[in-house]
Amino acid sequence: MDLNYTPEEQAFRAEVRKLVAAILPADISAKVKGGKRLAKDDFVRWQKALHAKGWGATMWPTKFGGTGWSAVQQHIFEEECAEAGAPLQLPFGLKMVAPVIMAFGSKGQQDHFLPRIVDGSDWWCQGYSEPGSGSDLASLKAKAERQGDHYVVNGQKTWNTLGQYADWIFCLVRTSSEGRQQEGISFLLIDMKTPGITVRPIIMNDGEHEINEVWFEDVKVPAQNLVGEENKGWTYAKFLLGHERTGIAGVGRSKAALHHLKDIARTELSYDKPLMEDVRFRDRIAQVELELMALEITNMRVLSAEKDKKAPGPEASILKIKGSEIQQAIAELQMQALGHYALPWLPEALDADWQGKPVGADYAAPLSGHYFNYRKTTIYGGSNEIQKNIIAQMILGL
Amino acid sequence: MDFNYTDEQNALRDTLARFIAKDYGFEQRRALAKSDIGFSRDHWKQFAELGLTALPFAEDFGGLNGNAVDTMLVMEAFGRGLVLEPYLATVIVAGGLIRDAGSPAQQEAHLPSIASGKLMLALAHYERGARYKVSRVDTAAKADGGGWTLSGSKGVVLGGGAADKLLVSANTGKGPNGTGAISLFLVDSKAAGVSVRSYMTQDGGRAAEVRLDKVSVGADALLGPKDGALPAIERALDYGIAALCAEAVGIMAALNEATLEYLKTRKQFGQPIGRFQALQHRMVDMVIATEQARSMATLAAVKADAPDAAARRRALSAAKAYVGQQARFVGQQAVQLHGGMGVVDELNVSHYFKRLTMINITFGDTDYHLGLFSDMLLAA
Repeated sequence: MDLNYTPEEQAFRAEVRKLVAAILPADISAKVKGGKRLAKDDFVRWQKALHAKGWGATMWPTKFGGTGWSAVQQHIFEEECAEAGAPLQLPFGLKMVAPVIMAFGSKGQQDHFLPRIVDGSDWWCQGYSEPGSGSDLASLKAKAERQGDHYVVNGQKTWNTLGQYADWIFCLVRTSSEGRQQEGISFLLIDMKTPGITVRPIIMNDGEHEINEVWFEDVKVPAQNLVGEENKGWTYAKFLLGHERTGIAGVGRSKAALHHLKDIARTELSYDKPLMEDVRFRDRIAQVELELMALEITNMRVLSAEKDKKAPGPEASILKIKGSEIQQAIAELQMQALGHYALPWLPEALDADWQGKPVGADYAAPLSGHYFNYRKTTIYGGSNEIQKNIIAQMILGL
Repeated sequence: MDFNYTDEQNALRDTLARFIAKDYGFEQRRALAKSDIGFSRDHWKQFAELGLTALPFAEDFGGLNGNAVDTMLVMEAFGRGLVLEPYLATVIVAGGLIRDAGSPAQQEAHLPSIASGKLMLALAHYERGARYKVSRVDTAAKADGGGWTLSGSKGVVLGGGAADKLLVSANTGKGPNGTGAISLFLVDSKAAGVSVRSYMTQDGGRAAEVRLDKVSVGADALLGPKDGALPAIERALDYGIAALCAEAVGIMAALNEATLEYLKTRKQFGQPIGRFQALQHRMVDMVIATEQARSMATLAAVKADAPDAAARRRALSAAKAYVGQQARFVGQQAVQLHGGMGVVDELNVSHYFKRLTMINITFGDTDYHLGLFSDMLLAA
């Protein structure tokens, strides 16, 4: 048992830090650190910059163009990226559809889609949830009917993140209503430019456009865009959810957010002293740091135990639950640190080129909205209640 | 003990419920929040017609002689409607200050105008860096001939943009770090040297940053005793705290109703999600939290009128801290139980949640008031 990083891992961290500093565009990291709105181009530029160094897909095996890094190396990389103020590498292509294509896709699908994900050519989004099918995803109704060499898709998807930018959507669709509902679902890859697709914005509680409804009306999808076998989509979906949950632990991001929280607490004044000197507030920071320290090691334990398995198991639910709770707790404390200055709402201040005068501290504007927005983390990717059901059933056998 | 409302209070509740149901629909409110001033002058006139703006003032000044329990009923209803008009700023806090600290001439000059809905006011007290500490004021007042010259900055002044006049606290005998002697001045918001930057708040309301640059006021602008305004400011803020607690309870009750309805109607896995025991227990905890909060909000209303400052401080800080904790729980869980629908702008759940969050921050958050309450244990 040794919880220290090896000399090799420490050297690796130094290398990552140097390279990230060298290739991360300064305007992008300024936006991320300042909590400003990110444009599609900011995400794409960062993906292309990483790809140019061969680091576009650090979670992929080398044979598909990934780095083949260990779980520890990936963790170090994500931590360094977060600390440097890099935008999140969006999971929809890299961490969600790609593992499914690798495991179950055809050679043609692998050859076509994977390189375009890693080099930043294609932006992917997710078509899973429907208005009537959230936690009970298997009850989904969007229908794909086979007609000759293509499927015709009709239905509605919702809670689609950043689909307004997407080139492709991976969808769970119903191809059979026989037998158990899980056995009539298929996994389709759909070009967002196909006629019959409508994307409608859903405005979040922070006033931002981050999610969408996606409507399909007689959308023709070539049959070759079916992943794996027809009616086996549920198996692939469960495989994918395991991958999504590992990312949600978000230890690196939370460490950077905690760092930011401490900076704020040292800057904000409470009756002429730094807020950090208020023991009641400082204890709250300390408490969330304990949670994060534990999660960092739990995360490594789960990832290490899964090295030889195909996909993360139900233990990933622990990471989702604790990771999301910690993200929310840090966001709440960042807002709380502002005192009355958590009240002003200046959406224009989230534009990077806004020249106005801030109300309160220059870091204040995004924090309350961030807290509101982050209530989503215990809801998305399988709500924390569903995660607890998974642990109860799959781990504890209850 | 008597927990019953009087006939008049029951009539007031009915009137308020009708007003909110008829004139404060979600879409109407949304349009108002986005409008220029962020609320409706017509609503304000209605408030005057209904006697709401006259409620906490003496009959001599056109008031209705109401107490803090009456205003509690108003604020609870306003919580349910997420009312945007600056009732807290004008009637409860600033009106309360003039009522309790103003000279007879000042009362005569302003209370009838507030009661009839013609005058809007705001208390410009808190400053950046003081956080929630009420006794810390850096804005300076210098004696200038017979009058005063005021200079300084006030932060997050609730209703500051709509106010015709500002009640500005300033230091008249400055010690170190903003301590010393605090006095209050009635300042016309259009006076030379006053600049008001109004902005939207996270909950759809309005607040303002106020700068005072060598603002000259006459001797008659002084409200309450020179160097001795702090007790009156604390008392007015306590009326504000009692009102916020009542507003929070109104919101929590509305959130519980919405959440219960959702648990009964939203179906997953072939049944209403309210059949799942984990969610049933959560809903029960929300109801318990709301009942407990209602008790503390009632205590706050009753004690806000108490003349004993220490007893008042203890009860009001207890209520603000405790209601804040329960409101946080109910707000967060109402969002959680609504799933994705809880975090979108198109449903009122997210708006209730945001208002609860901002109520918790206003006039001292849970930690601040828990601290005041806790410190009083040392003296006991």
